[in-house]
Amino acid sequence: MGVPTTAAKSTLPQLTLTDAPHTSVRERTLALAGVLDARGAAVFAAGVRKRLPSKKGKLVLDLSALTAIDSAGTATLVDLWRTGHRRGVKIELAGVQPAVQKELEQFRVTVELPPPATIPGFFESLGETAWSAVTALGNFMVLAADVTIGGIQAFFTPGRMRWATYFREASLMGSQAFGIVGLITFLIGLTLAFQSAYQLRQFGAAIYVASLTAISMVREMGPLITAILVAGRSGSSITSEVATMKVGEEIDAMQVMGIPFVDFIAVPKVLAMITMVPLLTMLADLLGILGGWLVGMIYLDIAPKPYLQKTIDALVTKDLVTGLFKSVVFAWGIALIGLYHGIGVRGGAQEVGKATTASVVSAIFFIIVADSIFSIIFYVVMG
Amino acid sequence: MTDAPAILEVRGMIVRYGAKTILDGVDMTVQQGEIRVILGGSGSGKSTLLKGILGLTDVVGGKATMLGQELTGLSEKARGLLMQRIGVLFQNGALFGSLTVGENIALPLREHRKLPEGAIAELVRMKLAQVDLGHAENLYPSELSGGMRKRAGLARALALDPEILFCDEPSAGLDPLTSAEMDNLILTLRDRLKMTVVIVTHELASIEAIADSLIMVGGGKVIAEGPMAEVRGRGIVAVDEFFARKTKTAAKQEMSVADLFGLTPAKGGA
Repeated sequence: MGVPTTAAKSTLPQLTLTDAPHTSVRERTLALAGVLDARGAAVFAAGVRKRLPSKKGKLVLDLSALTAIDSAGTATLVDLWRTGHRRGVKIELAGVQPAVQKELEQFRVTVELPPPATIPGFFESLGETAWSAVTALGNFMVLAADVTIGGIQAFFTPGRMRWATYFREASLMGSQAFGIVGLITFLIGLTLAFQSAYQLRQFGAAIYVASLTAISMVREMGPLITAILVAGRSGSSITSEVATMKVGEEIDAMQVMGIPFVDFIAVPKVLAMITMVPLLTMLADLLGILGGWLVGMIYLDIAPKPYLQKTIDALVTKDLVTGLFKSVVFAWGIALIGLYHGIGVRGGAQEVGKATTASVVSAIFFIIVADSIFSIIFYVVMG
Repeated sequence: MTDAPAILEVRGMIVRYGAKTILDGVDMTVQQGEIRVILGGSGSGKSTLLKGILGLTDVVGGKATMLGQELTGLSEKARGLLMQRIGVLFQNGALFGSLTVGENIALPLREHRKLPEGAIAELVRMKLAQVDLGHAENLYPSELSGGMRKRAGLARALALDPEILFCDEPSAGLDPLTSAEMDNLILTLRDRLKMTVVIVTHELASIEAIADSLIMVGGGKVIAEGPMAEVRGRGIVAVDEFFARKTKTAAKQEMSVADLFGLTPAKGGA
């Protein structure tokens, strides 16, 4: 059905590719004939890619029969050069005709000068990942030690402590988390009571809902839920605040002004966290028990007084103490992880968001892992 | 060259980020009372040189002596005291966002000087007046324009009457008029306060307006150092290209496609 239009319209010959016999595995020669322009560029690129030797090889393009080249053809050549450069393959031109050479001299390109990055092998990247994890852990430990020592020093020399900053941070953290912690733990107490009531009622042991709710709230749910909520609210805001300061060179400015970051920013934040999280945990314990109590009264028809009596009987001092101890450790971790991700930021403002996300994820991870370890220590090892 | 004593001396400074060498043995000598410009294209290492001197980046090799004290091996306390004798203006002012302009300037005064509150307030107002920012004392940094933020940062840098003032790109991101005002301000303050000023910049107009001497950094090395007129008269290609507004970044190079493939130039040409 008709003649191929492009060939008919154009008086210029099409591009043809011819393989020269192999001289070695690492070196190949490809002869081009005709015109290298937009029509032939795709065919040419695909043909060359197919023949590209493996690492550290060489591909010679014999252009002695190439009569003309245009900008599209030149761009394709440059693209191939870059591909080869990345893979460590050298592409050479041979027998370049004056007309073609003139074109090649006319177009200018920008080239990155550093040598091509070598693609790391499996063990190399494994080692690199492990090493960066070790360095990250090391950096975190240094920060943790600095801040903890700074906090202890501030405790013994109250004159060094930035009390105004501390109180501002503490009231902010408290007011940020107060409502949400109260509501969520109230609902969790309610749900716990409902679910256990359903089972316990079958044995006529509905009154044990009180013990069950109290123990699970005070030992586990209170500290855990509070810590996770605080990590999401205040841990993330520590990271974003510190990261913004870092990006705006405020941390550098503090350093050259001889105002230590640890004393000025880190210690007040960590101490505020350590005081507020246990307080919030107590609130969480109380509201969780309140939720269970409501279920007991309304759904199980247990009189308020026996329910409370059962709650008090079930709880021992150890439950409360371990719960609050855990919450102090969680608070320490949340604040330090927040600070660590904040000061680790490099680059522009878009990194602040990434750091904040990373901070919340690692804080929650820390909380849950630490909680499992505490459960084993408190209730398995210590009995 | 004057025979004034060197107030800042850097010898063989080496800075690496990972496998990448940013500064590869940089020497620099700054005389007392001069305005020294550190210039170079982006990626040349000029900002890193400043950060290395200020101790804001890890220096792998070399040493720096400032105000007669060697920086490496200085105890934290001695370093803190030395830092009180210098002032730094960061690129965007680096004002503390949670404090007002006045509080920002009062901060170093409260930290390092035992002054009555009233005197601090007066001093803050004096410093603000010095940079023509008297009306902005109670504003927060977010309420200021870029040029005002830089001037506020300058006032804070001047709070402790520094002997050396370091400025990182003081006119970057400003319109030409504000940029010229900033240059004039630095010139006036230098004359009035008898400071030594070290400025990192790539703005040609401001270099020509204020530099006494310059050091050009490229690819982590010193390309040229000396008094302005002398360096420009030496016919160094990189310096001439810079002043002809033809800088290129250190990591990239422009070439023709023929150069890329290593073709020898065609004879004659059609």
